Parts: sequence; C-alpha cells; structure tokens
Amino acid sequence: MLWSSDFPQIADTTLRQLSRTIDRGYLTFSREYGASIEAFFDPLLHFLIWFERILLGAPWWSVVLVTAAIGYLAARSWKLFAGIVIALCLIGVFGMWENTMRTMAMILVCTLLSILIGIPIGIFMARSNRGQKSILPVLDVMQTMPSFVYLIPVVMLLGIGRVPGLIAVVIYAIAPVIRLTNLGIRLVEKEALEAADAFGASRLQKLLKVQLPLALPNIMAGINQTIMMALAMVVIASMIGVRGLGQPVLQAVTNQYFALGLFNGTAVVILAIIFDRVTQGFGLRLQKHREGAPQ
Amino acid sequence: MSTDTIISIRNLYKVFGNDPQKAMALVHQGMGKDELLERTGHVIGLNNVNLDMERHRIQVVMGLSGSGKSTLIRHINRLIAPTEGEILVDGQDVLTLNTEKLRELRRFKISMVFQRFALFPHRNIMENVGYGLENQGKTKKIIEETAARWIGRVGLSGFESHYPGQLSGGMQQRVGLARALATDADILLMDEAFSALDPLIRTEMQDILLDLQNELQKTIVFITHDLDEALHIGDSIAILRAGEIIQTDDPQNILMKPADAYVADFMKDINRARVLRVRAIMNTLEPGDEGPVIKGSTTIEEALQIFAETAGDKLIITDRKGLKVGRLTVEDLIRGIRRPTTAEIQAEVFTNET
Repeated sequence: MLWSSDFPQIADTTLRQLSRTIDRGYLTFSREYGASIEAFFDPLLHFLIWFERILLGAPWWSVVLVTAAIGYLAARSWKLFAGIVIALCLIGVFGMWENTMRTMAMILVCTLLSILIGIPIGIFMARSNRGQKSILPVLDVMQTMPSFVYLIPVVMLLGIGRVPGLIAVVIYAIAPVIRLTNLGIRLVEKEALEAADAFGASRLQKLLKVQLPLALPNIMAGINQTIMMALAMVVIASMIGVRGLGQPVLQAVTNQYFALGLFNGTAVVILAIIFDRVTQGFGLRLQKHREGAPQ
Repeated sequence: MSTDTIISIRNLYKVFGNDPQKAMALVHQGMGKDELLERTGHVIGLNNVNLDMERHRIQVVMGLSGSGKSTLIRHINRLIAPTEGEILVDGQDVLTLNTEKLRELRRFKISMVFQRFALFPHRNIMENVGYGLENQGKTKKIIEETAARWIGRVGLSGFESHYPGQLSGGMQQRVGLARALATDADILLMDEAFSALDPLIRTEMQDILLDLQNELQKTIVFITHDLDEALHIGDSIAILRAGEIIQTDDPQNILMKPADAYVADFMKDINRARVLRVRAIMNTLEPGDEGPVIKGSTTIEEALQIFAETAGDKLIITDRKGLKVGRLTVEDLIRGIRRPTTAEIQAEVFTNET
C-alpha cells in the first residue's frame, strides 16, 4: 500500500486495541464508582419523582388552574391565562394528560438545575477572561457533539432511567443560560459600574444590585432558550427510558403511526409555547423601567 | 479667610501604556510627551499636577477635551490609580488605603456626579437616591426618609416611583445630584455634571448647585470645559492643558492676569462686563470722593447700569465688611472691559518669570 494513494492510518488491530482499552477503562470506572455516583444523584431523582407525583396526583383542573395562574402572575395577561387553560384542556381531551405532566415535571426540573448550575458559571465567566476562554470551547462541544454520543457514557454509568435522561438534557440545554449570563453581565454599561464603585459598593453588592439586575433581560432570554432546548431533547431522552411525550413519539416513528406522532408532537409544541410565553412575559415585566414616560 | 486645605494633589503623574513605570523613568530623565509617544507608545495623561483645594469651596478644573480633567477627578476617589504621586484627602494619602478603607472613603467621605448621569436604569428615583445609603448600611427607614428629603430638595417630589428613563436629562441630573448629596459626604466630585444639558437647563442647575452650596458648604470639585460655567460657579479655577495645570487662581485674577497666551485666548469670547467684579478693577479711594455706594462683588455690567440711572460721576466701592475701599469712574469701567493684548500678556509673563 502506497502512502500517497491511501491515507496512512493506524493499523486496524491497534485501533481496535485502543477503543477496547478506552471502553474497558471506562467500564472499570463505572463499575467502581457507578453506585456512588448514582447515590449522589439520588436527591435529584427523589425531587423529580416527588414533583411528578404532585402533577399527576392533583386533580387535573387544579393543575390547569395553577399553571394558568402562574402564567397570569408572570405576564399579567388574561389572554395568556385563557390560552393556557384551553391548551391544557385540549391536551387532556386527546388523552395525553399523563405524559404531558411527566414531560412538564422533567422540563421544569431540568430548567431549575440548569439555572442553578449555569448562572454561577456564567457569573464566573463574566469576571474572568481566562475563565471565559477555557469554558467557551467546552460549551461549543456540548452544543455540537451529537447527543447520542454523550448518552452512551451516561447510560453506562447510571443505566437507563430518569436520572441519566436528566443529565443528558441538562448537558444539552445548559449552554444558553451560561452564555447569556456571561454576555449580559459583560454588556452592563460601564457608567453604571463606575457609579457603583464611586459609591463604595463591594463586589457582592455590585453583582447583586447592579450587574445581575441589568443583565436580567439577557439571562431571561437564556433561560427561555434553555427551556426550548430541553423540550427538544425529550424525544431523545425517551430512548433511555425517560417517560413522557417522547415515548409515544418514538413509538410512532418506529411503527409509522403518523397520527400518534402528530398528536404528541403537537403537545410538545403546546408546552413549548406555554413556557415561552410565560418566561418572556415575565422577562418583559422585569423591564418595566424601560418603558417611556407615563402619560 | 483662613486657608484650610482638604484635598492636596502632589506631583501626580498618570502615564497610559503597557509599561507606565518604564515610561515614567524616561519622563524623569526629561523626555517630552511627543518624544515619549513616538519612542515608546506611552501617553502622558497627567504631567506633574499639583493642586490644593480649600474646604467648603468650589474648585473648578477647566480644560478642553483630552486635557486630562476627567482623569484627574477620578484620581481623587481612586477610580483611577496614578502612576506616581500623592493624593491627600484630609491629610490621608488615598493611595495607601486598602480595599476596605477605600470603600469607606467612597461611601462616607466622597461622592460623585457624572456627566452622563450614570443612574441605575432598573431602580426608581427613590432607590437611585438611596443607593449610597444602602452601601453605607443604613436601615430601610432612614434610607427612605433621607432619599425623600433630598428628592424634595432638588424639586422632584412626586417622582419617587418613576424610573430614570421616564425623566428628562435635567431631571435625571437632579437625581444624580440628590444621590450624591444623600450620602452626606464632605466632598462632591462633579465630572462635567451639567455639560450634557441644554444651556437653559444648565444655568438652572448651576443656580440650584450654588443655592445648595450656600447652605451645605461642601467641598466641590467641578470639572468643566465651559468657561462661562467655570466663572459662574468657581471660587477657584485651575486650567488644565495637555495634562498640565497652567494656572490656578480665582476667576477675577484669571481674567485680569492670564498666565499665558493660551489662557488669554480662552478668555477672549467671555463677556467681561458680566463676569468681572468692580473690586478687581477699582482705584484707591481718595479723600472727598462721593457717589453711590456699591459692593465690591458688583459686576461691571451692574455698575454701568447704576451710572446710567444716577447723576454722579463716581461710584464708591465697599469691601466685605462694608468699609469704603475704592472708587470707580465710567472710564475705569470701560477700561476694565477691554481685553489685554497679546503683547501685554507676554510682557506680564516675562515680568513674572524674571
């Protein structure tokens, strides 16, 4: 074989050897630590199950009303209230209530987790140029790496079920919160920061009273994007045993049930629209100071 | 009046660039700023600035854009650190303060008003004015009472729950002024505070400031590029050019005895009749002088008005205590308005130097 006609590649046996070594190493690692890592995520699992039980256990009309009320409180709009009631009732009528509730629980917990982890990372990145330089490529990889690839080690480590699904969704969806928190803080006007300094603000005071509030519109946009990306992951997550709207969709794909796929897909879209309107309405209301002079 | 220095700037240098210390060494060896820029790429922002500011007075620092005036004022509360020099505030060198002590200084002793207001857009007027007090750790009740009082003092009662974006520029700067005054700091730094406002609003704000100053007796460092403004509010004016102070004096002396042609050039468009006070141009009182009695702080314009309204040919001038100290004729007043010629200024500079 000539090096000029065929790309000179590692010998097949060596390559096989290499893959096998990596796999075996990871397998040993997961056997050794799998149980303790699973125990570490236990509280999360309990929280998720508890939340799911509340949504499924409560009477359907109370869930509809509470969700719509939250929507109203966030955006102060009766139109949104009515929209949420109608949309959720439609989902119920078409027999997708239970799966929708499971997906809703999953998405909310994922979003919460993404915010809790993502905002501090974003703050750190905004404060340190070196931090930004080293974290940005990691975010790029997380967003572009096909999600199946990181599903494999997660499943090897934790088996199938809710927790690996949760981890996979968070890895996929956390990037926007981090990026936009970082960006939002960096975009805060220099003048406001100088004023804070001139009046003797400490670093923490500056962060809590000036930087975060002024970065909030961007952070809210990031949270909104995170929710949308989490929703997009539910079908993939269903492959590793996350119950919810993803499973019927998966079933529909494998059996060519077009109608089933359409109904459940629409339910995902409806959920997305509800989450989007509620978070955006809330974001707008936080910015009431940007309105013009009252007449 | 006793001289009581509260802020003292000594041999202050600020060099901008990658290695200011190295450039500083070259400056000490006598390298000029043009050569420094060409050879090392460093810019001298402030060049050996010395300035003493008196307590309870308004010190104006005047210069064109790029003269380093905004850089200078930020050294006083160390928003910018100097390359070399000392800044004493009440005898304490602010450069030796640690982070905590510096914060204390900024919270309690020095407050600031900014050119572009720098209000917090997400906080309403009440919260903006109370900001400094929050940093001081005051209770909510005290913050609200104090903020409400200062909002009232600047004439914005009723706007407490508005946001800065809902107010006009002039109103926003009143908020900026109230925010700075609310902390009860002794020293007020005002960085081109009124430059962004319309001329009419600017004059109005100057009068508000002078009104408040009459009562509060703060030490105010006021940066401006507007000579009319400087002459209107300054007790003392320092003229800054290319990072160097050319002249520090009271407004009358700056007008009557400009230190060099640059300063004189500055003054040439000024309405001298409106700015100059009769005490700066009066002649010694001679026995037998009679006429209307006016204060030394009367402007030439007002004195001419008095001549026009009365019959006499002389005005008698009194000092602060009311003692008769000088006299003026119409001719003296008209001569006072005349600008010194370049030749005269050069002659003056020459006699000063020898």
